[in-house]
Amino acid sequence: MTKIFETPLYPYARHPDQDAAAPPRHKVVILGAGPVGLAAAIDLAQRGVPVVVLDENDRVSSGSRAICFAKRTLEILDRLGCGDVAVNTGVTWNKGRVFFDERDIFEFNLLPEDGHNRPAFINLQQYYLEQFLVERVQALAAEGKPVEIRGRNRVEAIGRHSDHVRLEIETPEGPYELHADWLIACDGANSPTRRMMGLDFVGRVFEDNFLIADVVMKADFPTERWFWFDPPFNRGQSALLHRQPDNVWRIDLQLGWDIDREAEKHPDRVIPRLKAMLGEDVAFGLEWVSIYTFQCRRMEKFRHGRVLFAGDAAHQVSPFGARGANSGLQDTDNLCWKLALVLDGRAPEDLLDSYDWERVYGADENIMNSTRATEFITPKSEISRVFRDAVLDLASQHDFARPLVNSGRLSVPCIYDDGPLNSDDCAGLPARTRPGAPLPDAPLADGWLLGALGQGFSLLAIDTDCSDAAQRFGVDVLTLNAQDNPLLAERYLGTQSGAVYLVRPDHHVAARWPDYDAAAVETALRRATCAHGGLNV
Amino acid sequence: MSDLNLHRNLTDPDGFYANLMAVHDGLSKAESDALNARLILILANHIGDEALLAQALHTALDIAPRAE
Repeated sequence: MTKIFETPLYPYARHPDQDAAAPPRHKVVILGAGPVGLAAAIDLAQRGVPVVVLDENDRVSSGSRAICFAKRTLEILDRLGCGDVAVNTGVTWNKGRVFFDERDIFEFNLLPEDGHNRPAFINLQQYYLEQFLVERVQALAAEGKPVEIRGRNRVEAIGRHSDHVRLEIETPEGPYELHADWLIACDGANSPTRRMMGLDFVGRVFEDNFLIADVVMKADFPTERWFWFDPPFNRGQSALLHRQPDNVWRIDLQLGWDIDREAEKHPDRVIPRLKAMLGEDVAFGLEWVSIYTFQCRRMEKFRHGRVLFAGDAAHQVSPFGARGANSGLQDTDNLCWKLALVLDGRAPEDLLDSYDWERVYGADENIMNSTRATEFITPKSEISRVFRDAVLDLASQHDFARPLVNSGRLSVPCIYDDGPLNSDDCAGLPARTRPGAPLPDAPLADGWLLGALGQGFSLLAIDTDCSDAAQRFGVDVLTLNAQDNPLLAERYLGTQSGAVYLVRPDHHVAARWPDYDAAAVETALRRATCAHGGLNV
Repeated sequence: MSDLNLHRNLTDPDGFYANLMAVHDGLSKAESDALNARLILILANHIGDEALLAQALHTALDIAPRAE
């Protein structure tokens, strides 16, 4: 059977742009058709912004790569029209289990509360997600949306100008040139765009190697994330087991620093390691093997004039915590509505500086969390190992020590506290829905809160009303009743009897009040769009 | 006599752990051992309740040993 990653999904085809007398001008060009670039393309296309995606390849990535997609990412995928197919294909899980030495020491639940449409996580091979995103792009194009992917188009040079970016592109049929008002670089951790622009990528290298193997086997392990510290089958190191669709299991084995990387990738070395873990009698096949080291680093700025960096191109983290692809999708979710407003002349370019502020903030939080997890998992001094083992020993008997066990703090969206787009807060409303926070989902009589929101700014009027706001500001108004909805009341009202929330297109709270005040809403909308003159959201 | 609190009591466990690791950064094992001893004595003085400290000593001692 041909695997999806062996099939060209967007094969090279000659485009009229290649025969144009002068370089054609495009509104937005995206470099890289990975999950982040494709998500950006879909988001912009859904907003009616014409977009061209260039990728040097013509197919989805091989190997499972990013496999854990967090609830927030699934909620973003819902807005991009891919949430159902991802969840239906993926393996849903909420629980993790931690082992130390030969003992099962405890389990934890990543979604300990009800009232969310989406689970804490699904596991899904990256190539499936990319396939679904490519199919969504193609469906949008078939509906007449201005979006296309050009395969085997490799950018060789970038010229930066005050009002556009110039791209020299190589194809199987020779070079051509494009001009773009805006360029979004989603070209991965080794970003050629970053290199061609001579920008730095500063951070920390961790001196460790991890063997990553996708194993095909029929096994009856539960659908949980299993993490081992110092197991008998990988002494002094760590191990991870995760279920993916199609009876594929992800296994990560820490190998240490001084190894022969090429030799360790060989099946003669890999298979005995896996047998030691899974048992001699378990029949399995190897689908993909790789050895990785990792780094935690980011660019100093994600916006460089008309070039915007997103995903691994802008920031890189260790894999513990699933904060790579998940944070990349939060980048484009943050960026695309802003870019669409700027391109429409409805917000000034300054709005894009808030992308830089907010997503640098997010990247720093992700880097901090993944650095801490890495230091716990791979202690680098005798005393840090002594403390690590003491925490694990205590955690096997005492609940208090379990929050100290760090096998990866799994991706949750960050709260943009003190963010440049935030306005008023109101005492008595719950802390979790303060300005800068992502909206937590809640059940409604006929569906889910997040599913009821549109593409633009929204006002939530809970047990109060916003009379003229829809007409006055052109925002969507969602009037909700929390009287018979305790989860909605708990997440959005706290001790107040009513509330009005101004919600950004990316579902972060911009401001909130105990009741509707048109002047305050206008001020908050201006701030959330950096509007200097007329307000037109 | 109050009971030793073995429920979760740290608001930012990861932040505390990072600070704990940071004070040991760059120390030799002997220096770290000495720092740990001082730290235990400082915390014991702060707690003050000797019955409670006796419970803590036994809790630390009573963790089942791992097979060597």
